[in-house]
Amino acid sequence: MAVTASRIAPAPALDVERIRRDFPILSRTVNGKPLVYLDSAASAQRPLAVLRAVEDYETHSHANVHRGVHTLSQEATAAYEGARDRVRRFINARSTREIIFVRGTTEAINLVAQSFLRPRVGPGDEILITALEHHANIVPWQLVCEQTGCTLKVAPIDRSGEVRLEELLKLINSRTRLVAIAHVSNALGTVLPVQQIIQAAHAQGVPVLVDGAQAIPHGRIDVQALDCDFYAFSGHKMYGPTGIGVLYGREALLQSMPPWQGGGDMILTVSFERTTYNDLPWKFEAGTPNISGAVGLAAAMDYLEGLGLEAIAAHEQQLLALASDALRRIPGVEIIGTAAHKAAVLSFTLSGVHPHDIGTVLDAEGVAIRTGHHCAMPVMDFFGVPATARASFGCYNTAGDVERLAAALLKVREVFC
Amino acid sequence: MELKDLYRDVILDHNRQPRNFGRLEPSDAGAEGHNPLCGDRLKIFLRLDGDRVQDVRFEGQGCAISTASASLMTEAIKGKDRAQIRELFNKIHALLTRDDAVAGPELGKLAALGGVREFPARVKCASLCWHTLNAALERSATTVSTE
Repeated sequence: MAVTASRIAPAPALDVERIRRDFPILSRTVNGKPLVYLDSAASAQRPLAVLRAVEDYETHSHANVHRGVHTLSQEATAAYEGARDRVRRFINARSTREIIFVRGTTEAINLVAQSFLRPRVGPGDEILITALEHHANIVPWQLVCEQTGCTLKVAPIDRSGEVRLEELLKLINSRTRLVAIAHVSNALGTVLPVQQIIQAAHAQGVPVLVDGAQAIPHGRIDVQALDCDFYAFSGHKMYGPTGIGVLYGREALLQSMPPWQGGGDMILTVSFERTTYNDLPWKFEAGTPNISGAVGLAAAMDYLEGLGLEAIAAHEQQLLALASDALRRIPGVEIIGTAAHKAAVLSFTLSGVHPHDIGTVLDAEGVAIRTGHHCAMPVMDFFGVPATARASFGCYNTAGDVERLAAALLKVREVFC
Repeated sequence: MELKDLYRDVILDHNRQPRNFGRLEPSDAGAEGHNPLCGDRLKIFLRLDGDRVQDVRFEGQGCAISTASASLMTEAIKGKDRAQIRELFNKIHALLTRDDAVAGPELGKLAALGGVREFPARVKCASLCWHTLNAALERSATTVSTE
């Protein structure tokens, strides 16, 4: 499986000090201390290559796309459609017709919910998700349930934060119209056995959407190898800009779906009697798109492939192991989510201290982590905690960052325990 | 921004040992408050004697700031009438949000919340109990939100 490829083949080590120089924000201080950024799962920082690609486009080539014969419009169109092909190659899609630019993972899932699923379901039909999902992979389906009378089914997880696979597979039946699962849990880091789930769903003719927001920065994603029907991800989780994301969809399915939003660019002809829609992928891209966002996303993909996705995954796995060990040595720390296969996300609690107080003390030490429910309230409920603290690691983090995290947590204990 | 200014000894003490913690039964009014950002939840129970708060208790889970603020509030409002509580609320609100606010002696131990405004993300933690109290006083049994 792509995200854990590093476990099989040894990858060349990353030159992390050089990488850190690519990220200007990492050299700033926070509260008088050098910043330790451990919140990449919420939003990763951007390398100069991305910042410059966006600036270069905005400075020299901006105009609207698909609309003009003038030079700038042609350059903008070439940049935007070039970015689309970059995405296609990055996830190994068959065709750029399968790459829809959206605002992010949330919009991608809503698009599938409203355009693919809603017309196909009614009372008695079922949508299957897991108990690990981010709200973005829960609420769009609940809306469809309210709109159509279909039912949301939830596959349970165990105390380690792994999906109970046997029970999930039992929930796929003749009433299931779609399986929608995270590739990696944002709250716990669990890597789900998506390939196995996709195979089982397909055996019963059920399509599968994968929420890849947390998987895409941690390893190589190959949508053909996965054989998923939809794959959704965001640019800003993979060192690209905010406000740009991708919905990959199998071409035959996208062809069968009605447009989601109406407007400019998604039409071929418009009259008051009849409007004909544009071809894929533009059928799903009404209005002027986020052109510079697409350009920045393509630059992020170049950057990641330049570093090597296998090398990034290996580096992050080392940091995860190091941080897990360091935190286990701190009295009162409990790691929430202990699945065998995890991405570099470490959720934890500290006995007697609310995660928000942890977050504030860590911030005073210059250490940025996420605290709260991580848009996964059902996961918090399952573990019986209102919130957790979450450290997440990216290509630019170091063993020194782990040491600073551990030292700052000792400081939290000094204040509260 | 000094951590010690936020987590003053009074705050840490009231977080460790919240006063008036638990349910009040029977009670005359109550409300539930929820801060979805941090998952803080608290319930306030009031026993009223006409216009006056005769007794108050709270329960719930939250961060140190929200727990201590609720604990301090229960101590401060016991025996006060609605008008006095309204006045106190306005002073606390100013203390939490306005840079020029000064904690006068009438605030007593509540003055310990004076460091919170330097930590904008935590103001809601400190004010949740007060908004919940207002809801309880209005006897609306609904859940209030600081979001």
